[in-house]
Parts: sequence; structure tokens; C-alpha cells
Amino acid sequence: MFGSGVIRGLGVVFKHFVDTYLDDLRWLGRRYYNPEALKVRQGPKAQGAFTVMYPEEKLTIPEEFRYLPFLVYEEKGQEKEYRCTSCGICAKVCPPQCIWIERSNDPKTGRPIPDPKNFYIDIDICMNCGLCAEFCPFDAIKMDHDYEIASYDRTTAHIFDKEKLGKPVSYYASIRPRNYAREEKARAEEEAKKAAKAAAKPAPAAKAAPAAEK
Amino acid sequence: MTVAPAPTATAIKLDQEFPGDVTPDARKGYSGYIVKPDRLVEVATALRDRHGYDYCSSATAVDYLEQGQCEMVYHLYNTKTGGPAVVLKAQTPRENAVLPSLTPVWPGANFQEREAWDLYGIKFTGHPDLKRILMWEGFNGHPMRKDWKEAYFESDGKPFDSRWPGGQVHRAEETTPFGHNVVYPEGFTLEGWHEQADQAVYGSLPTGGTGVSAEGMRTDLVTVNLGPQHPSTHGVFRIVATLDGETIVKLEPVMGYLHRNHEKIGERNTFLQNIPFTDRLDYITSMSNNHGYVLAVEKLMGIKPPERAEYLRVMMVELTRIINHTWGIGFLLNDLGAFFTPALYMIKERELILDIFEATAGSRMMCNYMRFGGVARDITDDAFAAVKEIVYERLPRALDEIDAYLTHSEIVRSRSIGVGVLSAEDAIAYSVGGPVLRGSGVPYDVRKAEPYSLYDRFDFNVAVRYHGDIYDRYLVRLDEARESLKILRQVIEQMPGGEIQAGKPQYQARVPAGEAYGRVENPKGELGYYVISNGKPNPYRYHVRAPSFINLTPFGKMCEGHKIADVVGILGSIDIVLGEVDR
Repeated sequence: MFGSGVIRGLGVVFKHFVDTYLDDLRWLGRRYYNPEALKVRQGPKAQGAFTVMYPEEKLTIPEEFRYLPFLVYEEKGQEKEYRCTSCGICAKVCPPQCIWIERSNDPKTGRPIPDPKNFYIDIDICMNCGLCAEFCPFDAIKMDHDYEIASYDRTTAHIFDKEKLGKPVSYYASIRPRNYAREEKARAEEEAKKAAKAAAKPAPAAKAAPAAEK
Repeated sequence: MTVAPAPTATAIKLDQEFPGDVTPDARKGYSGYIVKPDRLVEVATALRDRHGYDYCSSATAVDYLEQGQCEMVYHLYNTKTGGPAVVLKAQTPRENAVLPSLTPVWPGANFQEREAWDLYGIKFTGHPDLKRILMWEGFNGHPMRKDWKEAYFESDGKPFDSRWPGGQVHRAEETTPFGHNVVYPEGFTLEGWHEQADQAVYGSLPTGGTGVSAEGMRTDLVTVNLGPQHPSTHGVFRIVATLDGETIVKLEPVMGYLHRNHEKIGERNTFLQNIPFTDRLDYITSMSNNHGYVLAVEKLMGIKPPERAEYLRVMMVELTRIINHTWGIGFLLNDLGAFFTPALYMIKERELILDIFEATAGSRMMCNYMRFGGVARDITDDAFAAVKEIVYERLPRALDEIDAYLTHSEIVRSRSIGVGVLSAEDAIAYSVGGPVLRGSGVPYDVRKAEPYSLYDRFDFNVAVRYHGDIYDRYLVRLDEARESLKILRQVIEQMPGGEIQAGKPQYQARVPAGEAYGRVENPKGELGYYVISNGKPNPYRYHVRAPSFINLTPFGKMCEGHKIADVVGILGSIDIVLGEVDR
């Protein structure tokens, strides 16, 4: 019969329509603003409307999500000790070249020291590719999860400096627990290896100690 | 046209057939044949008619500044037998670059030769309508030439010296203020450019008073512009059509509004830096864009990714295919008038796949997932469980639902059956790829014709339909999504453990000198990357054979004789993404 195809198609639309109300009923008014329901709505078992009531509720972000880099620092009391050594690999690997690093020199000897004087990222140019974090040998630059970065003036507010880019290790550990655990484990193993080497050869270890202090 | 049985690429000895005029390319790392320009058409015709190389996949130019030469490179394939390419090259001096056009032999070379003229300044004698295609009339010079420097020019290759260790930060706008970054060609005035531009666009269209006769009244042909700002064009794409009443007499696509010279950017980037840029070509299918590029560079480097990485790649690429086809069907229905109900049902399924990409690659659309010799990250157990669930449970049902919803709908059928027909011969001649080619009855799929990655291992069929209209392209997409599910089930069952990266990841990839053409079956058609390395950190030449762009070549022909309302549907059935058309 002519038109039966359309009617059958409309059946699919009707099913979607009913599904949304059925899902509402199933959650008894707790379909929104409820993390448990949000998890189902985001997952493969979702039915009915997929709507998320942003900004009151937000999608859960997976650990690997990347949005703008930040610089990791260790908290030593009031001091921030940046992991960055200004080696420049991130600036070299950056595809749109949005990273500027100013290296600092020792005031006495004039030789470069592994601590950047300043560190800039033009976030208008950053393409969130994550290559800087991927190739940083010191785990000093990592990709953030904070995507709400609206500002009133793009010409002044969109070049982030070292101060604005810096975030503590504890923050990094909270957004990327699995990566953090893996890196810390690797670091501990490395340290243990070094310590074992040092124990095996006491003479060079004595030599290495002042170097580490410097 | 009957073709002699299966001559393989290695069996053809063009240099023996045309002694003196065709010589094998002896440069280190290069392959193919160098043809004398005055014999090019003859050799090409022989290759097509005698050996069955009927498909001109890629035609592109290379500028050898030091040698003072421009070179056209043609990658030619046989759609009957499959197999590797025969590569033809023709050289011409840079200063007065003229070559014979191969558009009469392979009409699919039309847009690509126009692009070579536009970006490299090579004139093609015998080309039916040689004019700029991506740049505008007031553009000075040919931007892909090695001696052309853009307004933001800082240096020939990245990384730029100003970034480290000095770190003198500046915004690009400050160094090149608006209005001071444009150079016009000699004799060009902004006052008069409208006439020039109109002449370029409308010059090839018929005009005059031969329109329909309405109650004895004589009417004119009318030229109508659709776009560049028009919702049905999926971006900034312009269609110029001459109408007789409501019927299309001639139609021409006008593009380049989103042009950013991706290839020039690519030649300044290091090899690694290009991977995230490929995401931005066809932003619906970023995973498979990555795949084509890393395959090309891996060919040059001579490395292979470990087993698990290959499986992960195939998995991501096939999920991308499902995304693209459901999205394509949804937006085709938008174009046919079913505004956003079907599209949103498709987008719902797509969201679930994007969640997997986000959990694995870190981003929903700009995945930047593949690396030379592997992939960036392993998939988490949660994400893999989600893949299993959607592949076994959700997507088969979703595809069946699309089928029930649309396939038998009388409205869809009456709008799409018999509209925008492209015959099999034309589809091959115009070098279209993907569902457009297979919807016209040509069972040509790069995954089968020249298997790459692991595709020779999996059991799947090439989806093909025979009428070449909108409806058949829709059906091919649906069939293909189902075949992708079949591949995904095999991937999930066979997924091995182990490493995901061959060797230690290097931020400065060492790529030996030579050329490579990596091609993959992108959901929209054959996506090819032609990469030349001269041993330096940046590619010497980086060309993208963009399926959306080349699939538009027969667009005018498909529309002729149809009503203006069908144009939108036909364009939707080609399924273009402007990020890739304009590059």
C-alpha cells in the first residue's frame, strides 16, 4: 500500500517519543541533576533524549580528555617548584608554535639553568593536540580538563604566562589518577635503580652527590 | 570498453613501449615513469585503453626550486583488477610552466589540474576551463611555489627560532596588522575586481533568451547563486546554476572559501606536527585522516606498527566509518527536507562512539591518535567494554532502525530514486570515490583493491549498488556501516595484547629521502597523501588527495536536467565536508 513505508517510519519516531517518557517514569523525576542517571544517559544503554542540563550538570570527562596545557609544580611549603627545566622540547614539537619559553641564566656564571624565567602559551593558537605533554621528558607539562575559559578580552587575557599556567601536582593527580600512578611508579623504579647502582659503586656515588645538590 | 585481462603494474613496461620518450624515474627513493611532455597524452591514452588504467586517482604538482622545474605527478589505477598504481610524471621549466592537459583522457583530472594551475602556476593546454579554483582573482602569485612566502612568514620550517630560548612572545596580529598583509597582482584594482570575478565565474555558463515558454511568453535563462552562505551546502560552498524555469541547464561549483593552504602549512610543519593538522581536513573522520598520513610516512620510514596498534587503528577507523555514514545519512535527510529528526537519531549513536574516542585519544573530533609506527595511547578496559557493547548490542539495532525508518519511506524514495544519476563509466572517468563510486555499480574499495594495514585479514564484502542515484548512495552507506560492524566484531575477537608503538616515540621523526603515496578508503572516498621527503625534518611536498574535493568534479553533470530542489539532495548524497574540499 502506498504510504505504508511512511507510516512504518513514523512508528520509529513514535517509539523514540515514547522512550523518552518511559525513561522519565523509570527515574521518577530524578532523570536530571543526578549523577547516577547521567551515567546511564551517557552510556550505551541510554534511551530517549540524551539531553544534558548544562551548566547545572556536566558530562563526566574521561581521564584522557585534553584541553589546554598546564605546567606542573611541586608544592614545597609556600614555594612553587616547577618541574619544567626549559629544555624546549614542547616548544619545538608544538604544531602551531604557540609556546614561548624564556630560559633563565645563572646571574654569576651566565650559564643557563634548568628553570624557565617565563613560559607563555597563546591559547588562541593552541590546537589542544597534546603533543607537548606526550613528549615532555620531565612530566612537567600536562593537558588540563578545564574547558570553561571564556574571557572578556581576547587581546589581553589569552596569553597565559607561567603563573597562570602553573597548577600543583595534587591537581594533576586528581584529574589523571591512572597516568599519575603510572608515572610515579616509573619514577620510583628509576630512583631505585639509581640507588642500587650507587650502592654497588660507592665511589662514583660520592661524586654524583654534589651534582645532585646543584 | 573491454579490457585486456589483468596486466599488473610490474608487468607493464612503458619505457619499452615508448623508447626514448618514457624513462623510469631513477632518483633515489622515487618510482614511476618520467614522460616527455609532448608524448604525455599519447602515453596516458595507451595506458588507459591498452592496459585498463582507467582511474586517475591523484594528479598533483611538485615545485623543484633548485632544479628549476615543476613536475606533475599522476597516480593511476585499474578499477577492474585493483593493485598498485602506475605513476606518470611530466616535467616543465618553472618559469614558463606548460604541460598538456590530461582532462580529455581522464575527466577526473579537471579540478586537480585547475588546482595545480592555481597553486603552482602550471598552464595546461587543452584544458576545457582553466581558471583559479581555490584562490580568488585578486590573489598575487601561486602560493604553493617554494619561493612564495605568506604574510605571516617567519621561516621555512618549524620549529621557529623565536620560541626558544629567547621566548619573546608576540601575537601574530601585531606583526601583520589587518590590511597590511595583502599583495595584489600587477594591474589589479579593487574597484574593478567584481567584473573580473563575475567573468571568471559566469563566463563559462550559457546565457540568453532560450528559456521555457510560458503561455506564449519568451523567457530568459536565469543564473542563480546558492551559497556560499547557505545551510544546504554544509559549509561555505557556492553553487552557480543557470536555470531554465526550474530546471538546471548548467551548474558549476565554486569553492575555496575555507581555503587555508593546508599543504603549505604541512610543508612547514615537521612530519609529526602534520598529524593533528590532518584531523582538521574532514573533521568528521579524523581517525582515518590520521591513518592515511601515517601510512604514507611509514612507507618512507620503512617501519611497521606492532600488531595491537594495527588492530586499534582498524577499530578506530571502522568506528569512524560508522560515524560518517550515519552522519551522512542524517544530513542527506536534512537536505531532502526531513529537518533534523533523522539527523539527531544518527547523532545520538555517534555520540557514543565519540565518547570512546574521547576516552582513548583524548578528544571527540580532533583525535590526533595515530603516530608513526603505532598509536598514541592504548585503549582503557572501560572503553573497550563500551566498544563491545555498542558493536554487539547497540549499533546493529540502530542501523536496523534507520533501515525501517527510511528505506521504504515513499517520500524518501520519490525524492531520491532516479535523481542525480551517475553511470559507472562516468563515475570511473571522473575519479569519484567511496559510496558515490560504489553506488554507481563499481565495486572498487581500496581496502580490497590494494589492501593496507590488516584489511587482507578480515572477512567483509564491498557494498555496491547499481543505479547511481541518491537512493543507491544512501543504501551503500547503510550496507557499508553494516560491513564495518562485521569487521569490528572480528577486530574485537582477535584483538591481541602487546605493544602499541614500534620503538621509542620520537618527536623528530627521521624520514629518509624519497616519495610515497599512502592511500586509504576514507568513508567519503579514496584519501591519498603524497609525501616527498628530502631527508630534512620537514616534508618537501605534502599533498592531500581529498575525496570530497574530487567527488565534486561530476557534480554539475549529475545535476543537469534536474530541478533546483534536487541539487541540494544530490550535494547531500555526495557527502562533502568543506574542511576537506577547500583544504
